[in-house]
Amino acid sequence: MNNSIEIYNLKKSFNTVKALDNLMLTVEQGGFYGLIGPDGAGKTTLMRIITALLLPDSGSIMVGGLNPVKDYKELRLKLGYMPGRFSLYQDLTVEENLSFFAKVFDTSIEENYHLIAPVYSQIEPFKNRRAGKLSGGMKQKLALSCALIHKPEILILDEPTTGVDAVSRRDFWEMLSQIRENGITILVSTPYMEEAVLCDKISLMFDGKIINSGTPTEITSKFKEKIFILKTLHLREILKIARQMPELKSVNSFGQNLHLVVRDNLVEITEIESFIKKSCDYDFKIEPYQAGIEDCFIDYLESVENV
Amino acid sequence: MRILLIILRKEFLQIFRNKIMIPIIFVMPFVQTLVLVYAATFELQNTNITIVDLDHSQMSRKLGSKFDASPFFDVEFEQCDYDNIDKMLLTESTKAVLIIPHDFENDMRMGIKTQLQLNINAIDGQTAGLISIYVNQTILSLLKELKPFMNKTDLSVMPASIHAKPQFWYNATLNFKHYMLPGILTILISMIGIFLTSLNLVREKEMGTIEQINVTPIKKWQFLSGKLIPFWLIGLFDLALGLFIGVVLFDLPIEGSIFSLFVFSGLYLFTAIGLGLLISDFADTQQQTMFTIFFFFLIFMLMGGIFTSVESMPIWAQYVNKINPLYYFIKIIRAILLKGSGIQDMMNEFFALLAYGIIAMSVAVWQYRKTS
Repeated sequence: MNNSIEIYNLKKSFNTVKALDNLMLTVEQGGFYGLIGPDGAGKTTLMRIITALLLPDSGSIMVGGLNPVKDYKELRLKLGYMPGRFSLYQDLTVEENLSFFAKVFDTSIEENYHLIAPVYSQIEPFKNRRAGKLSGGMKQKLALSCALIHKPEILILDEPTTGVDAVSRRDFWEMLSQIRENGITILVSTPYMEEAVLCDKISLMFDGKIINSGTPTEITSKFKEKIFILKTLHLREILKIARQMPELKSVNSFGQNLHLVVRDNLVEITEIESFIKKSCDYDFKIEPYQAGIEDCFIDYLESVENV
Repeated sequence: MRILLIILRKEFLQIFRNKIMIPIIFVMPFVQTLVLVYAATFELQNTNITIVDLDHSQMSRKLGSKFDASPFFDVEFEQCDYDNIDKMLLTESTKAVLIIPHDFENDMRMGIKTQLQLNINAIDGQTAGLISIYVNQTILSLLKELKPFMNKTDLSVMPASIHAKPQFWYNATLNFKHYMLPGILTILISMIGIFLTSLNLVREKEMGTIEQINVTPIKKWQFLSGKLIPFWLIGLFDLALGLFIGVVLFDLPIEGSIFSLFVFSGLYLFTAIGLGLLISDFADTQQQTMFTIFFFFLIFMLMGGIFTSVESMPIWAQYVNKINPLYYFIKIIRAILLKGSGIQDMMNEFFALLAYGIIAMSVAVWQYRKTS
C-alpha cells in the first residue's frame, strides 16, 4: 500500500451543478499534497467525500486502504479533518475542546501530546480561555490540535489559512511540515497560490476537475511561453496599453506588478518597451521572470475561455 | 456508554455556561408561577362600576352601599345624563353603568315591577358576563334583606323557586390558582422540552460544530441521547421546583401520588423532546426553529385547555386536540394534583401519550441527519 488516497472518475452533482467531474487524484503515503484552486472549484466537496461526510455519485475512492462509503466507521479513526469553518465549541475552553475530542477517540491529551506539541504548545498558555475568544490564528492552531489528537494516519485540512494573517499563515505551514515528520499524510487545500510551493505535490483544481498535477517545479516548468515582469507606478494605464499589443498573449496584474506573457515567443523586452513608450511616457521597467503557479493557473483559465 | 457519558458531560458544561440557560432553568419556574398564576385569572376584582342614582331614596342609597361594600366593585357615584354614560364607557373610565330609576323605592314599596338599567362594556365578553352575574347577585342580596319589610303583594317580586345548592368537588373553594397552577407547570415543562431541546440541536448545525462531531466515532444514538437526556432531566427538575413553589406559596394540593405525576411528566417530556427534535430536523437556524415552535406551541397551548375548557370547544377542535400532547398532559396533571387520580384512572391518556411519544421520537430520529 503505497498510496494513502486513490480516486478514479469521481463524480458528484448538486442538482444540476457538477461539483466534481470525473476527478482523479492519487496521494502517496506520507505525502504533503496541496489542492490549489479558487472558491467553488470543488475542493471542499472533494474533502467531504474523502472524509465520508458526503456520498459520491459515482467513481471509485480509497482512503487509507478503506472505502469511505462502506468502511466509514473504521475510517474515522484513521482520519483527522479540519473543516474550513471553525467548528469547535466556542463556549468550551481550549483544553475542554481538546480533551473532549481526545476522549471521544478513547485517548488523552497526555498520550498524544508529543504529536500536537509543536502546535498546542503555542496556545497552551491560553488553555483556560474559551475557544470563541481566541484570535483567528489561535483558533486555527486549536482546530489543528483537535484534528491531530487521535493520531490520525491522514490529515485533511480544508483551507486552513483562509482568513488568517500573513505571519500566522507562515507559522501554520511551518507546523504542518513538522507534523509531517511523524509520517502523517497531509492533504491540504488553499486558494493561495504562493502556499502551493510549500507542498511536495500539488493539483490545480478548477470547475470540479483537476487541470494539472505534479510537483510545483514540474507544473511551472510546463509553462513554455516567455514571461516578463513589468514594474511601474502607473499600473492601470500601462496595463491598458500593453493589452493592445498583439504579440502579448496576456497581461495581468499581480500585486504591484504586471506579468506579460508573450505569444509563441514572438517578441523580446526591447520591442515591448518601444510599443509602450509610443503611447505614453510613464516610467517602467521590464525584466525576465520565472512563471509561478498562479501564471500557470491563469494561462489555463484563459485557454479555456478562448475555446 | 463511555462516549455517551463524555457527551453528557460536555452538554451539561455548555448548558451551565450558557448565560441564558441558567435563568431559564432556575428563574422561569418562579416567574411563571408567581406572575402568570395571578395574571391569568378570571376572578372579578375591583371592577370599576358607575352608579347613577336618579331616585335619591333611602333604598337606592342602600343598594349603592351594597355595591360599595363588595370587594368585586369599585363604585363611583355620578349625576349625569345618558350622553355622559356613553362617554364614560367609551373612554373606559368605567366598565359598567348601573342606573337606578326615579321612583325606585316607591315602586318597590307599592309592589310595582321596577327595572334597573345596566350597561356593560362587553368587548371582553367573558368579563361582561361575570359583571352581569355579580351585579344581579348584589341586587338579589338587597331584595332578600328587604323581604320582611315588604307587604304581601311584594312577594310576587320574588317568585318561589327551586334552590339548587352547588357543592364544588375537587376544588371546594373554587380557588382559581389551584386550577391555573398545574396549567402553568405544563407550559413550563413544554418550553424546556420543545424549545430548549430544539434550539440546542440546531445550534450545533448553525455553529458548524456538527461537522467536527461527524468525523469522530460518535454514533447517532450516542449524540442524540447526549443531547436529549439533559433536557429531560432539567424538565423534571423544573417540575419539582414549580410544584414546590406551588405548595409553599399557593397551598397547592397534591391529592394524587407524586410518583404517578413524575411517570406521566417523564412520558410527556419524552414526547415534547421528540417534537423538539423533529422540528430541529427541518430547521437550519435557531431563528427558524423559534418561529416554527412558536406557531405550534401557541396552538397547542390555546387549544389544550389551560385557559378555557376543551369541552366547550367545537367538535372539530376537540378532534384536533387528540393530536395535541399538551391537552393530555393538562388533563393528567390536573387530575393527579386536584382529584388524586392515579395511572390506572388515566390509562387512555397514558397510552395516547406513550404512542404519541414513540411515534414522534421515531420519526424524529429517523429523519435526523447529522449533516449540516
